This record gives sequence, C-alpha cells and structure tokens, in this order.
Amino acid sequence: MSKHHVTTTLNGNAVEFLCETQQTLLEVLRDELHHTGTKEGCATGDCGACSVTLDGRLVCSCLVLGVEAQGKSIQTIEGMAEGTSLHPLQRKFLEHAALQCGVCTPGILIAARALLERNPDPSEEEVRFWLAGNLCRCTGYNKIIDAVLDAAHEMRGG
Amino acid sequence: MDAKVIKPEAEGRDDNALKIVGTSPVRPDGVPKVTGLARYGADFALPGMLWGAILRSPHAHARIRAIDTSKAGSLTGVKAVITSADFPEQKYEFVGPERVAINFWHMTRNVMAREKVLYEGHAVAAVAATSKAIAEAALRLIEVDYEPLPHVIDVDAAMQPDAPLLFEDMITRGVEPPPKNASNISKRTELNLGDVDAGFAAADEIVEMSFKTAPVHQGYIEPHACLARFDAKGQGEIWAASQGHFVVRAFTARLLNMNIGDVLVHPAEIGGGFGGKTVIYVEPLAAALSRKCGHPVKIMMSREDVFKSTGPTSGSSMTVKIGARKDGTLVAADGLFKFQAGAFPGSPVMNATMCGFAPYNIPNVRSVGYDVVCNRPKSAAYRAPGSPISAFAVESVMDALAAKLGMDPLKFRLMNACKTGTPTAWGPKHAHDGYAETVKALLAHPAYAAPLGKNQGRGFASGFWFNNGGESSATVHVNEDGTVVVATGSMDIGGSRASMAIMAAETLGIAYDDVRAIVADTASIGYTHVTGGSRVTFATGIAVVEACRKVIAELCARAAMIWKLEPGEVIWENGCARPADAAAGKLEPMPLKAIAAKRALTGGPIGAEASVNAGGAAPGFATELCDVEVDPETGGVKILRFIVAQDVGRAIHRSYVEGQMEGGAVQGIGWALNEEYIYDDAGRLLNAGFLDYRIPVASDLPMIETVLVEVPNPNHPYGAKGVGEVNIVPAMAAVANAINNAIGRRLTELPMSPPKVLAAIHSGQK
Ligand code: FES
Ligand code: FES
Repeated sequence: MSKHHVTTTLNGNAVEFLCETQQTLLEVLRDELHHTGTKEGCATGDCGACSVTLDGRLVCSCLVLGVEAQGKSIQTIEGMAEGTSLHPLQRKFLEHAALQCGVCTPGILIAARALLERNPDPSEEEVRFWLAGNLCRCTGYNKIIDAVLDAAHEMRGG
Repeated sequence: MDAKVIKPEAEGRDDNALKIVGTSPVRPDGVPKVTGLARYGADFALPGMLWGAILRSPHAHARIRAIDTSKAGSLTGVKAVITSADFPEQKYEFVGPERVAINFWHMTRNVMAREKVLYEGHAVAAVAATSKAIAEAALRLIEVDYEPLPHVIDVDAAMQPDAPLLFEDMITRGVEPPPKNASNISKRTELNLGDVDAGFAAADEIVEMSFKTAPVHQGYIEPHACLARFDAKGQGEIWAASQGHFVVRAFTARLLNMNIGDVLVHPAEIGGGFGGKTVIYVEPLAAALSRKCGHPVKIMMSREDVFKSTGPTSGSSMTVKIGARKDGTLVAADGLFKFQAGAFPGSPVMNATMCGFAPYNIPNVRSVGYDVVCNRPKSAAYRAPGSPISAFAVESVMDALAAKLGMDPLKFRLMNACKTGTPTAWGPKHAHDGYAETVKALLAHPAYAAPLGKNQGRGFASGFWFNNGGESSATVHVNEDGTVVVATGSMDIGGSRASMAIMAAETLGIAYDDVRAIVADTASIGYTHVTGGSRVTFATGIAVVEACRKVIAELCARAAMIWKLEPGEVIWENGCARPADAAAGKLEPMPLKAIAAKRALTGGPIGAEASVNAGGAAPGFATELCDVEVDPETGGVKILRFIVAQDVGRAIHRSYVEGQMEGGAVQGIGWALNEEYIYDDAGRLLNAGFLDYRIPVASDLPMIETVLVEVPNPNHPYGAKGVGEVNIVPAMAAVANAINNAIGRRLTELPMSPPKVLAAIHSGQK
C-alpha cells in the first residue's frame, strides 16, 4: 500500500511527510516527525495529552488523521517557547509547580494558550471548564489553575 | 488559596537556620518538561527499531490448549513471535517481606499466560515487526485454541466453596490445620491485641456495618511503554518509564534468566505511577522479542490494555465493628477485610488490616484479612496500598459511633488518638506523634464551624500510612567551577530532583542553582529501591545528605592541606571551610568554589557516594474535612470544600508537598464518587477507557486546601516524613461522612455514584 505525501507547516516550518492512511496526526508527529512532546494518554480523545492546534483550532491529535494536516498549520508544544524564552504559561507552570510527572503538561499548555487567545481574562471557573478535557492524575489541578490565571494576569500586563 | 503551615512544637527549634529547606524553587528538570523535550517511556527510538504488539485473551478464564504462531511468524515484516515457551519456568515460592511478598512463578504467568488465561486482557503472545500495522496484522494470524472456563469476578462469590477455581491446587495459607480442599482464598491473616470479646462486653455503644468497594485504577496518564535492545551475547538495555529502574532490571533479568549485570536500565521520565509502575508488564516481552531477533523493540500499551491488563487496586468486602464507653473511650474493634487480589495472590489486604485501626488507641483489636483471587487483572500497589480501603470502613463506623455517642466526630477522634507509645495491633508501639496534631489543625480551622446551606453536609475522616525507608544510593561530585552534581537512583515522579537539590544545597551551604540533580541509570549508581512508599525524600534524602557530609569532610581536608593545618583543625560553615578555632590564624573562610578550583593540586576530583538502608521512617497521618452538596433530584454530589491536614514532618520542597496532598485528595474523591470497574456477565470489562472510567476533571473540583502540620522526624537530617500517600487514605470516608451529614443516609458501597445516592435518598433506612 503506497503512502500519502503530505505538505504542511509545523511550528512555522514547512514540513513534508509520508504517512499511511490510518495513521493519526499524533502518530505522525511522534513516529514520523520525531516530535515526541505531544503525548499519547488514550488515543481515543478522552485525555487531552495529545492536544495541538490545527490552523489555530484546539484539537486532539489522536482524533485527526495525518493526511488531514495537508496545507494546514500545526502548533505543538515544541513551538511554544520563542527560542530560549519561555511562553508566560510555561514559566508560570514552573513557578507554580503545576506539574508533577509532567506528562499532561504539553497538552495542558497548548489548551491553556488556546483559552487565553480567546479569553485573556478568564475566571477560575472558565479555566476549569476549558481544561475539563485535559486529564491530570497527579496534581488535583490546583496549581495548574493558579498558573493559568497568573499567566493570564501577566499577559494582560498586570 | 494559600496553604497553611502549622508547627506544633516550634519552640526550641531553629527553623530559621534553614535557608533552602521549605522553599519552593523551580525544579531542575522543569524546562524540558514544559517544552516537550523531556523523554518519557514512549519517546525513545533507535535505528532499526521494531514495533512490538501483544495478543491478549478475550476470555475471563480459559485453558490454553494450543497456540499456533506459524502464520504470524511467516508474515512479511514480522521478525519475532514469543509465547510463554520463551520464558523459563520459575520456582513457586513467596520471597521478600510478608506484606509485599513476590512469587516469580506468578509473575512470569502474569506477564505471559501459560496453562490458562485468568482475565480478559491477559497476554498470551507477542510479536515484533517492522511497523505497528504489520505487528497488529500478525496478532490476528495467531491461533489460540481456548477451552473457556466458568469465571468469578466478585470477592464474596470467589470465596464460595463451589466457586470456579483459578488455581486447582491452591490451599489457603495462614490457616491451621491447612484446609483439605483448594479454594480461591490465597491467604488468611489475623492480628490480635488484647481480648476483643471482653472489650466489647465493656462497651456501652457498638456500631457494626458492612461495606463494599470497587477496584479502581491508578490512572496514570502515561500508558506503560518501553524500548529494549538485547544482543546475541545476552546483554541488553531497556529504556522504560517505571517507579524503579533497579526493580525493572531485577525482575526482567529474573524472568529472562539473565545475569543482573547484563541488563542496563535507563530511567525514562515517568508519566505517573502511584504504585502501578512498581511492577513490570511490557519490559520482559520487549526484551525477549529483541533477544530473539537481535533488533531493538518498542512496546506501547494502549489505554484499553492499561485498564484490562495492569494493576488496579483491590475491590473489597468488609465488616467493621467498634465499641466505646459512654464517655467516648474506645474499648474494642473488630474488622473483617476480604480483598480481591485479581488473578494472582497479593492484594494489599495485610496493610489494610494493619492500617485501619492504627490512628487510635484501642486496647482490644482483632483484624482479619483474606487475600482472594478472581478473574480480574492482578492488583498492583496504589497510593498507600490497602489503607484507604479499610479506612473507608473504619472511618465510616467511627463517624456513626460518634453520632451514637452524641459526640463531635473530631473531638471523639482526638480523645482516642494514638501517640508515641500507643500499642498497635501488629506488635510494635507507635514511635512517633503527629496524628493528634492533624485533628487539632482541623479543630482550629475556620472551616470546622463554618455554616452549611440546604442539602449540604460536612464530613471528617483520618488515615494512617507506614511510609517506607530502605535502600538508596547517591553520589555527590564537586565540579571544577564549584557547582555540584547530585545523582541518585530514584526515579523522579513528582519533583524529587528538586528536593534532592534542596537538601544538598542546604547541607553544603551553597546556592540551590549551583546544584544539578539527576537520576542515574542502573550501571552508574548503587541499588536504589522504587520510588514508592513515600520513601524517596526520606531514604534517598538521607543518602544525599550523607554523601554531602563526606564531601564536606574532604573539602575540609583539602582546605587544611592548603592552609597547612591538620584536617581536624578545619570545620565547614555556610558553604566555606574555616579554621576550627580563631587561634588557627587570621585566615579568611575558603568557599567551596575556591577549594574546587584547587582540586588538582590537592589530590584530584572531589566526590563521594553514600548507600544506605534507611530505617526510622516515620508514618504519615492525615485528617480531612469535606463539605458536599447533594442534588436531591439527580443524586449528584458536588465537592464544595476539601481540606487536607497532614503531618509532613518537615516540608523540603513546600509546593511539591502541597501538590502531593492536593493530588492524593483528588484521587480519593474520584474513588469515592466515580471510579469503578464494570464487568459484563462474561467477565469482560465494559469501561476500559477514560470516557467511561471517569477520573476527576478540573471542573469537578474546588481548590483543595492544605494544612501542612510539621512534627519533624528525628531520624531524618531535615525532619522529613514521607508525604506522598496518606493524603488519599481518609478521602472516601470523608466524602461518605459528608454525604451522610447532608442526607441522613450512610452509603456503604463505593463509588457513591448518583444512582446509589438517589436510591439512598429514597430509601427508608438510615
Ligand atoms: S491521546 Fe488524544 S485525547 Fe488522549
Ligand atoms: S502532572 Fe502527572 S498527569 Fe498531570
């Protein structure tokens, strides 16, 4: 079975890859493009560990086929920092100890950035509901919520 | 929400002398974990790597008549196929301490079924192929001839004399004389203190109730995954996410009949474990496949595999009876704890029998446990294994007994609180305080007396957990620029590199940022037991501090050499060597950095290793407050407020201590309200995914509040006690007691899901 040739943009860089029809975007990112920052927690759309944005839209990359990335722009955790300067969300996650094992962290950071792009001043409840699709088994969410609210405050110039 | 710290015995202690202990610096491994560069179990690849896949049983219980792998083996792209025939037989014996004994005869059968499959999802064969798709296709070509057998899922059903037997020759251990007939009861244990019958005879009020709890999964977000590379010479390497790479090494070598020294295990970052990654599943399979074909093999479990084939903690059936005098003094307690071990013996029931009554001074106790096999995945450790289960029963009964006595539930607990010298049901007396202090912390908390609204209720519960010490190793090396590298053998599952760096910096008297803490592979550091039992900050911390002290002695010797003094004439203070007494001359203190710069001239590299078998771990105690609101229409329970008061000894990295308390409480809330394994009549798991096995999400919860009670452990250089586990212990009972307070009905079965709560509301009985 021949593979599909896909042309796409990954974290601002032009990228081409070959993939099988059934390969998900998550598998392509991890296994073909060696971007393993995006995690697999379930592969069924239930945990959010694989969150990326596709043309700015927050998606579970395990529910998107690799071929669907054709002509689109993918943003993953590897593209979140600008060079060596961390995104405020990344910095606040470290300062607030918002990760224990850290395996949920890439997906939560991508999801939180998508929230703050839409709503720069979310309430605690809005953050909790926006992140309800991102499971974290370690933290109980306190410090994640604190970090997101604090980053939002800083990004508003507070 | 600001966490509180309470220091009950702060007088006479000089906490101000501590500069770094108790702060919350950014973890050394932080940046890779927020930029996606940290490498977890599934993130490794090697040139020529193959994908492994595992064939699993569709049956809950069946005899394997034959397995034909020939078609799979001849599929293009398949490089190796293995079955149990590829693993040597193991001796049938239980090894190690009784509470956590291991039997390799069971372990080899759990990683790969032999005579029978004992649960749906039990591995029966594995393949390695050039792509995931080919490996999956090959699995479909393997022909297994099964003879399906009747199965049993429930613990009480499994104990019946006519129950289907998982092991036709298993005679219950711990019963004298041994029973004549085989059964599913692997073991009976009994603890006794005083005279229970006399105790109950002296009681004015007695409460007795029965409970059931569902098995729940640890629910780590990272499925098990590893990469193995073994060569024809019989040496190999494994990259795996586990709670202990030395244990992965020992178990894998044993199951493959290899020398331990021929297996090198690299510690991948671990995406959560909570006890469930202290055992092995995919590692020996990947290793056996790789050994067979000579190529590196990677195996990743699916989430469904994780639910069906890896350890949940036990479900249980329990009866607890407690008696007290009118004035509230506890006089007797009797507990019967029956635990599902899953397909192989080894539930945490013994812990449960020990921990349940441990917070209290009760002169007469009997605590009986049954370890029972049934057709479910073998249970594995989960956060304070066993203790939360018995605590659900005991703390519910304590709440009911307080009500019957007309006493405040916290004051009732306080008047019966254990302290140093209180006898335990398993023999030794308690050697540490800390429990009463957690109760007092909540009594003094404003939430204790805060008003409640309609359909709202408040509950309290307490818990005990042993906490472990044990074997750990650390090295400390001083670099030529005066920075320091601390290496340990402890997998970092929640910030332990940071706490190791804190303790090293504090001991050496240098800046936190001048210490780099790493986790070394199994060939680069001495044996270190698993990251579990809340042991790392305690035991590995002791090894780090001991290695630092050796380094300090060496630094003093080097300074003495430079100053031409005797080694005994130099001491270490604030990160500098200085002459022991002023008379030694007018010499400026010499900082670590200056000594490091002269190391070549004074004898070469400066470093030390310390390996310890740490005793003196102090137990963990926690008391929790839960406020709920029950929706009378739906039976849904909303957590309004949840406070964890826990004795932490002394917090080394404060934020990560809070994080353990917050995370443990939320896992307990999930266990209380949502989580359970649901089976169909054929013994197949119906909810093997995060959609239907619902762990708490952010919108389910309020901010969890923490009160860090610091009663330092004198057996640790900075007073640390294990903090990872005890926070989950009281949680389910705290929720149940709050629901009871809200609706006047006591729920005795977990999870307390809306249908059960609704049924309780509509039931007549209290
Ligand atoms: S891996 Fe995609 S949602 Fe879980
Ligand atoms: S930090 Fe471990 S799952 Fe979130």
